[in-house]
Amino acid sequence: MADVSIRNVTKKFGKTEVIHGISCDIHDGEFIVILGPSGCGKSTLLRLVAGLEEISTGDIAIEGRVVNRLEPADRDIAMVFQNYALYPHMTVYRNMAYGLKMRRMDKDEIDRRVRAAAKILELSELLDRKPRQLSGGQRQRVAMGRCIVREPKVFLFDEPLSNLDAKLRVQMRLEIRKLHEDLRITSIYVTHDQVEAMTLGDRLVVMDNGYAAQIGSPLEVYERPATMFVAGFIGSPAMNFLEADVSEDGRALVLPGAVRIPLNGTGLPAWGRKKVILGVRPEHLELNGTREGGIQLTVDHVELLGADTLVHGRCGGIALTLRLPDVHRIEKQASIALSASPEKLHVFDPETKNRIA
Amino acid sequence: MMVEHRPVLAFITHAVLILGAVVLAFPIYITFVASTHTIEAITKSFPLVPGGHLVENYLRALTVGPRDVGATVGTMMLNSLIMALGITFGKITISLLAAFAIVYFRFRLRMVFFWMIFITLMLPVEVRILPTYKVAADLKLLDSYGGLIFPLIASATATFLFRQFFMTIPDELCEAHRIDGGSPMQFFFDILLPMSRTSIAALFVILFIYGWNQYLWPLLITSDQSYYTLLIGIKRMLDVGEGQAEWHIIMAATILAMLPPVLVVIFMQKQFVRGMTETEK
Amino acid sequence: MEKRVVFRNNVLPYILVAPQIVITLVFFIWPASQALLQSFLQEDAFGTSSAFIWFDNFADIFTSEEYLGSFRVTLVFSLAVAGSALSVALLLAVMADRALRGATIYKTLIIWPYAVAPVVAGVLWFFLFNPTVGMVTFFLKSVGIAWNHTLNGPQAMTLVVIAAAWREVSYNFLFFLAGLQAIPHSFIEAAAIDGAGPWRRFWTIVFPLLSPTAFFLIVVNIVYAFFDTFGVIHAITRGGPNYATNILVYKVFNDGFINLDLGGSAAQSVVLMIVVIALTVVQFRFIERKVHY
Repeated sequence: MADVSIRNVTKKFGKTEVIHGISCDIHDGEFIVILGPSGCGKSTLLRLVAGLEEISTGDIAIEGRVVNRLEPADRDIAMVFQNYALYPHMTVYRNMAYGLKMRRMDKDEIDRRVRAAAKILELSELLDRKPRQLSGGQRQRVAMGRCIVREPKVFLFDEPLSNLDAKLRVQMRLEIRKLHEDLRITSIYVTHDQVEAMTLGDRLVVMDNGYAAQIGSPLEVYERPATMFVAGFIGSPAMNFLEADVSEDGRALVLPGAVRIPLNGTGLPAWGRKKVILGVRPEHLELNGTREGGIQLTVDHVELLGADTLVHGRCGGIALTLRLPDVHRIEKQASIALSASPEKLHVFDPETKNRIA
Repeated sequence: MMVEHRPVLAFITHAVLILGAVVLAFPIYITFVASTHTIEAITKSFPLVPGGHLVENYLRALTVGPRDVGATVGTMMLNSLIMALGITFGKITISLLAAFAIVYFRFRLRMVFFWMIFITLMLPVEVRILPTYKVAADLKLLDSYGGLIFPLIASATATFLFRQFFMTIPDELCEAHRIDGGSPMQFFFDILLPMSRTSIAALFVILFIYGWNQYLWPLLITSDQSYYTLLIGIKRMLDVGEGQAEWHIIMAATILAMLPPVLVVIFMQKQFVRGMTETEK
Repeated sequence: MEKRVVFRNNVLPYILVAPQIVITLVFFIWPASQALLQSFLQEDAFGTSSAFIWFDNFADIFTSEEYLGSFRVTLVFSLAVAGSALSVALLLAVMADRALRGATIYKTLIIWPYAVAPVVAGVLWFFLFNPTVGMVTFFLKSVGIAWNHTLNGPQAMTLVVIAAAWREVSYNFLFFLAGLQAIPHSFIEAAAIDGAGPWRRFWTIVFPLLSPTAFFLIVVNIVYAFFDTFGVIHAITRGGPNYATNILVYKVFNDGFINLDLGGSAAQSVVLMIVVIALTVVQFRFIERKVHY
């Protein structure tokens, strides 16, 4: 077990920089999820920690020791790959034992560890099988078993669930969480799936184009997204964005059509009369029974999901989505009034795309 | 791929196939028949069914050898076997190593080496016989097993086949191995080699046949009878000038010369077909 | 295509490629360059002196009636071998593809001649057509054909073509069958539903889809006939009678080893190299296209 410290790390492939200076301190026993769309550099970051790629500048330290130049094998890490990377010609047992054998561990100790890990992962019956005789979920477990037996300082997961079907994914997600609670090994987990990220991570690193857009707990990221990118990427359906003007006194936002939306607390006095972007999540928009004030929405279509109802519509030419609990039968072309409580509003700077309030 | 089920078509199909198989097998059958008769029977009566001298002819070929050749068929078969296996294992070994280096390492001259190996495709022994002979002579390889084997074991085909196969192995396997703490050579022996088993088996069949059937090169570099391969020996038996060739012994030797590769094809047909179709890509 | 993952080591890769490279340099590159150099030299019979004579050796061979004749013989020979081996193989492959029962047995029976060495193939057919002891010769005589390929040029050519094509049928068969089996069954069924009979279906659907395989095999067969048939010629005719079967590869061997004409043999080697290179290029271009097919 160990803490991992990533300091100003950059990575260039040839002349293209793909990681632009990321810093992050991961505490001992923490489960960190690196989340982002494909191509954002999240896997590269993980591979830098693993030592599969060399960092261009910066430092990576594991348990206080800088590992920049160390081979993956000498970093005391273990990794689960997206395609599991099991050795196809070896049995489950040998797959798990191989890394220990490379380290010249005593045979009895290898056996003890493999059997213990197999028990935890319910693989005891499958130790003599070859990977191709296993189901996707079982292979996934073998890949984790291979890591567990090593008793490494850090676990690395590279989208380990993306090759599984939806149902198995939920199940394996819970298993990984449970395993982490039992073993408490520092873990770094890469995914593009926000549900995985929200449920597994103690903290998230949301990555955008080689930058860490935000590092924080899942709820922080959801409730106070640091940038428009994070705001739009986390949450489903995605957050609605509207252009707005800040009122002269900074206490309210003015939408096209002179709709005034009051802001929380003291508002944004420094932003008086300036343009901003208002963000509001579909689930935070409410029907306003009074039909007075608030946002007027013309309904385009309605999706009934059973537990929720998604309403898609337009407000002065801007598409908006809202999510209402339970079933609501709303006619197409109906005009409905919406409101949102001030503490659920997000305001962004249209230039920097960063959060203002 | 038959859509209609007309009996006439089915009959024609089978008739053509049987006829084809028979015509293809005919020369070999006649050879076998001739190898079981006395020389007098062969030259006078053109026998069509096997005779009673099988054991006698084969024993004589194997132990005494034909006239004017100076080596027994047994010795020559052994030479053929040594050459064929030497070529086969040599080609597979050096190709595996070269493909491993080219796929899994980045080094200066990598592409130079790659093209150098590629060029061997364009230089079969037939187009460079004299200078190659001279090199072999300078290296004192004439009349030696090394001379029979070494000039034939550079193989672009096998190298490319292994390269192709290695490229299909997911990168993650190599990464997992690095994390497991293995060295490059451990990766080669523990992971690549066992995973390449089917490719190696397929190549083994193809290369064994290739090696066994070599003719021009052994013809050039062997003058000492004790290094004759069986194919050279058979040809020497035919060169009797005005005298009568010992057809019964020649035919027995011919059957023996066909036996190893034919058996390999029949009993390792799956690997043979795989090897054929993969090496020609 | 490149691997993302590579090992870092500055010595090991050189050790790994060394055996292959040493063999290639010593037995391929060096002799080939020697042939190239030699083709511009004229040496006396004892190898004591040599003079650089530019393209005279090439001029010599291309004005030599014997060499041009050998070129013609080689062309006729290779086209005949490729043509006959391909057509017989195609017929058998189509039939084997149709045969529902016994397909595996037929396959085994048809592919095994490929394992027979060209020189052995030569010996087999030489025996069958032997002017004194040959069974086929005897049979032909009884129907009024006097067979003696040691004297009759066209007969000699026919015999070496049969012997060379015989084992190549197996090879072509294997590839045609694989090609046929790769054609989706639905194409044939769709054509059958459209009312096309077996004959028409073959020429309009199957054959066009098979043409990449056929083209590939044509090249391979020509390469085979050019370079791998030395044993056939050496066993049956030794280039005779009167140069009727004196193919280029046999002539290189003969001029170099028997007549000891070093410069001429080297020039011929260079010409052959150019032929192989051309055929290899054709083959690779074609394979590139096959990938996109």
